[in-house]
Amino acid sequence: MNTTNLFKIALKAISANKLRSFLTALGIIIGVASVIAMLAIGQGSKRSIRKQISEMGSNMIMIHPGADMRGGVRQDADEMQTLKLEDYESIRDEARYLSAISPSVNSSGQFIYGNNNTPSTIYGVNEDYLTIRQLKVEDGEFFSEQDIRTAAKVCVLGKTVVDNLFPDGGDPIGKVVRFNSIPFRVVGVLKSKGYNSMGMDQDDLALVPYTTVMKRILAVTYLQGINCSAVTEDATDQAIEDITAILRKNHNLKEGTETTEAEVNDFTIRSQEELATMMNSTMDLLTILLGSVAGISLVVGGIGIMNIMYVSVSERTKEIGLRMSVGARGIDILSQFLIEAAILSIAGGLIGVFLGIGAAYAIKMAAHMPIFIQWWSIIMSFGVCTFIGIFFGWYPAKKAANMDPIEALRYE
Amino acid sequence: MEENIHRKTVIELQNVKRNFTVGDEVVHALRGISFKIYEGEFVTIMGTSGSGKSTLLNQLGCLDTPTSGEYILDGVSVRTMKRRERAVLRNRKIGFVFQNYNLLPKTTAVENVELPLMYNSAVSAKERRERAIQALEMVGLGDRLYHKSNQMSGGQMQRVAIARALVNNPAVLLADEATGNLDTRTSFEILVLFQQLHAMGRTIIFVTHNPEIARYSSRNIMLRDGQIREDTENHDILSAAEALAKIPVPQDD
Repeated sequence: MNTTNLFKIALKAISANKLRSFLTALGIIIGVASVIAMLAIGQGSKRSIRKQISEMGSNMIMIHPGADMRGGVRQDADEMQTLKLEDYESIRDEARYLSAISPSVNSSGQFIYGNNNTPSTIYGVNEDYLTIRQLKVEDGEFFSEQDIRTAAKVCVLGKTVVDNLFPDGGDPIGKVVRFNSIPFRVVGVLKSKGYNSMGMDQDDLALVPYTTVMKRILAVTYLQGINCSAVTEDATDQAIEDITAILRKNHNLKEGTETTEAEVNDFTIRSQEELATMMNSTMDLLTILLGSVAGISLVVGGIGIMNIMYVSVSERTKEIGLRMSVGARGIDILSQFLIEAAILSIAGGLIGVFLGIGAAYAIKMAAHMPIFIQWWSIIMSFGVCTFIGIFFGWYPAKKAANMDPIEALRYE
Repeated sequence: MEENIHRKTVIELQNVKRNFTVGDEVVHALRGISFKIYEGEFVTIMGTSGSGKSTLLNQLGCLDTPTSGEYILDGVSVRTMKRRERAVLRNRKIGFVFQNYNLLPKTTAVENVELPLMYNSAVSAKERRERAIQALEMVGLGDRLYHKSNQMSGGQMQRVAIARALVNNPAVLLADEATGNLDTRTSFEILVLFQQLHAMGRTIIFVTHNPEIARYSSRNIMLRDGQIREDTENHDILSAAEALAKIPVPQDD
């Protein structure tokens, strides 16, 4: 008995009973399709939520001067003068893995326009700040490079500030508002972001060129901080390494040797790692949940194969008896049923793959849910279904192979 | 039986016994059977139900092994053979014809006939098809090669089954009540076919409870209670073809 003949026999048996064969494969079809569709939804949601969170700035890196002790009193980091404009420039020019970088100097004060006034914070930044904080200019425009170079007295206001200064809904663009008696021309209004999860109003701010804050408001030469954006969330760690190396070099901090310890960083770098970690663990949980639901349906599909194979063996007892009487050995019968199970589960798996992909896209169309199909989910579900089909086909096949030909022939 | 000395022995049974244990009781289905069957004989084995003829047939067909005694088929001792070896032996040396045909459903005549050769890897696909067609032509179904089993009459199905039994060119053809499910006319048609095969030198063993069939065979073994009661040569073999001619052709109205 060669393999070709066994395949012919198995194929004939399958085609002789098309409906039964289809029902057998149906379990696997549904199993594979649901695994692929579920994982596509899981991965899609993961990506979509990841995108939303990164819009909140999950790849943001914040650099602050290190807090220091002076006479036993720990100083506020903002008071430290170790972070200079040169640091910003060398990080901007040398650090890799960064997509945006902006210096940060801020000051609080009272905004005044006509009869209205409001307390707010003024942030001295550059254009990249919009990217880093995921802000958008709704009306007007952002200040230009030229404005930064000339330390121009121009500002872009947040929605809350606009609402407080222009309660009757007048257009603020082009108007001159005063901040601590310094006049600023309003060039743009930011799109509202609402409150953040800490309950802070993200629209209560004004953006001005950092040079303006440094020269005209605070009259300082140091920065309170530098904000950057890593190219991707995963590149955050490498970006931090780069920045650390650059700042240590700029600040002439000695590296550790065999005898001396390295000088401590006079700056701190923070990222939104916590947020990213939390997000990933939540999403992984979702994927595991969906995956296991789908996995269960795959196993149920396998049991379906076993069930129908089992019935099929009983139903075909006489055929098995005949095959044995004309010279089929136990191994031939076993192989025949195993090959049948394998063909059904592979065919079912293939149909399931296409059905699953189709279902995922149907869900995308109908429910507008984000989907993402990963190739490994296709390979995995297909592999598992083939294994399950053969695994559950084994027992009925073994039963068939062990039949007594006399009993089988007499079976009615 | 002097003439038999020169003929080849196909089957030899030496004091074959077969016991079954049913509950606490031991049933002696065969109580010591000995006979030889020579090449080219057409033997009917007769007996009422319970006489042990089914058990004997299973022994002869290598589906079962004796509890004691010796069975030699075409020079090979079967008694100590394993399941797997007996399957191969059946494949090469035995052709079965059953009362209820046992054709594979929804399968063409030629595929049914090919079946035994499917389990013989020495036969190529091309040779298999040729031999199946040849066997079907021999039983008079050359024009029904690709009819499916459910599109054929009982007589045609039994012819397919006989072709299937012949396709591996067996040492012995074992028929188990091969005419039991057929009407008189078709029965005789099948008997004619068996007589033709006999004339061609085939060794045939026909197990039946119908005493009439014995008159068309060359030898008759009667079983009762697991023992041979009679073993007689038939010197006056009737012609099934002549008997068939006397049966009126049924008129369709």
